Amino acid sequence: MELLLILVIGLLYAGGVYLILRRSMVKLLLGIMLLGNATNILIFLLGKITKAKPPVIDESYKIFQDIYADPIPQALILTAIVISFGLTSFAIVLLKRVYALVDSDDLDDLNTPEEEDL
Amino acid sequence: MIDNHILGPVFIHLFTAIIQLICWRKTVTQRFLSVGGSLLGLLLAFRLFSRVEENGILTMNAANWDAPFGIVFVADLLSVTLVLLTSIAGFAVSIFSSVGLSRQRMLYGYFPIFHFLIMGLNGAFLTGDIFNLYVFFEVIIIASFVLMTLGGRKAQLEGAVKYMAMNILASTFFLTGIAILYGITGTLNMADLAIKIQAVQNKTLIGITSCFFIIGFGIKSAVFPLYYWLPSSYHTPPSAVAATFGGLLTKVGIYALLRVFSLIFIPDDFTRTLLMVMAVFTIVTGGFGALIKTNVRRLFSYLIVCHIGFMIGGIALFSQVALMGTVFYLIHDIMVKTNMFLIAGVIRQLRGTLDMNKLGGLYKDYPKISLLIALVLFSLVGIPPLSGFWPKILLFQEAFTQQQYFFVIALIIGSFVTMYVIANMWAQVFWKNTPEGVTIDDRFKPMQLYRKLLMILPIAILAAATLYIGLNAERVVHVAEQISNELMDTTPYINAVLGTNR
Repeated sequence: MELLLILVIGLLYAGGVYLILRRSMVKLLLGIMLLGNATNILIFLLGKITKAKPPVIDESYKIFQDIYADPIPQALILTAIVISFGLTSFAIVLLKRVYALVDSDDLDDLNTPEEEDL
Repeated sequence: MIDNHILGPVFIHLFTAIIQLICWRKTVTQRFLSVGGSLLGLLLAFRLFSRVEENGILTMNAANWDAPFGIVFVADLLSVTLVLLTSIAGFAVSIFSSVGLSRQRMLYGYFPIFHFLIMGLNGAFLTGDIFNLYVFFEVIIIASFVLMTLGGRKAQLEGAVKYMAMNILASTFFLTGIAILYGITGTLNMADLAIKIQAVQNKTLIGITSCFFIIGFGIKSAVFPLYYWLPSSYHTPPSAVAATFGGLLTKVGIYALLRVFSLIFIPDDFTRTLLMVMAVFTIVTGGFGALIKTNVRRLFSYLIVCHIGFMIGGIALFSQVALMGTVFYLIHDIMVKTNMFLIAGVIRQLRGTLDMNKLGGLYKDYPKISLLIALVLFSLVGIPPLSGFWPKILLFQEAFTQQQYFFVIALIIGSFVTMYVIANMWAQVFWKNTPEGVTIDDRFKPMQLYRKLLMILPIAILAAATLYIGLNAERVVHVAEQISNELMDTTPYINAVLGTNR
């Protein structure tokens, strides 16, 4: 399981970096999304995966010595997913707007001189 | 000491923003709410500052979960000083934007977003939990994206694409760093991290993790080779927005670097060399970039980059005196850089352009305003009694003591270039006659008197703060000294968060 996740993370990071280095705005966005997801899986992996041990402790235990799944990484990932959802939706709208104005998907075309406006 | 008032400066801006959202499209009400909320936030920040200065570090555990399990808010002297400065700058900008911004932008929610931004800044300074710091960073960047794109001009949106891409990337690096740190230590509380990280055997892994933080915060604070997004985006939004960005956003990166690299990762030789190389190149490239710019705001953008190098250099030297210089420079820089962009806004109102080739004759037409601006420019350059001078002495002194001659040379180059650029700007914008054939589009003269006053008042407030920092340097040095002591010896911080019997 760990090995599989490590491979997936590596693949996502590699793909994300490759896409970010392209000149297309859409690929830039996809690259950023891939990197974000890779990071989320990385948090999941580093929280040490435990199978079928929910972090719910029975009332009868005074001290809990059994291993249990760490709930914090999942809370962190949930937060990170929500944040990246917000950022991504903003980015999509922004890029769509820029595409409508510039009529190009190439990042090198984004060099309009400053207009005189307040 | 536990104190629930710590969150006052955060909540006041949150509530102001929410009430303003209820008053959607009522721009007059929003203006009053904004100035009122900022003033209240400023008073709360003053109170918090004086309490922390008297009583030492205050903490607050969210929902009464004991640290290190819950989220903890810590108000040490560095945090409250920055909250205070943010509040002063926010107050000035909120006055300025109530008259200096087009109504169109206010209709689409400028003020609520502005207060969300200030809330995020205050939260980032006060939190003691590294994941919470990430969340507040996200609050800051999403608010800044909206402010940057508000208005929707072509140049603005193009700048926003670069700004957005680099900032999301920075957050991803930061989050990756947090993930690895959690994997190594199993905690997110910064004070707890400081203890647990010392017990880790694999120092190489720690070094690599710290690089993630350097890159993440480096992009945010715009250091060489990661600063290119800043000059290509900061000249596009309206001046009130640019003032908030230029004065405060890059400084959050510096704050985070200061915090993380004094508390969690104690800089080793490799990190210090890396930071030093970055600092030297930041100063030199930023300064040389400023030399060739003819647009006032582009020039200021490069000066931001140049002066970020001074502070990074102070962190790289990592000694008590150097950190004192860095903190003092941070205090001075927030006030002056915010003011610079407000000044750019006023110049645009006076002449309708920011191109130095088309500007001129401001001193002849508006001598009083020009003298006020000159005061700010002098303190940016660092003419002795003013605020920019004192931190540079500390940095020079420490760089000589540690024999970092490249940094000394960079400091000299940076200072001279700043002086040349500002002198050139003064000559071009204020002294030279208006070039022939240029029609002056003066939007300032026909304004009503109260609007004129409200536009100059924030500059005067910030100039007064600068003057205070410069003339009452003894007190500021004293605060900076206490802060640098706290940064060098983090035991009081850790004890305040975790308690002494851990």
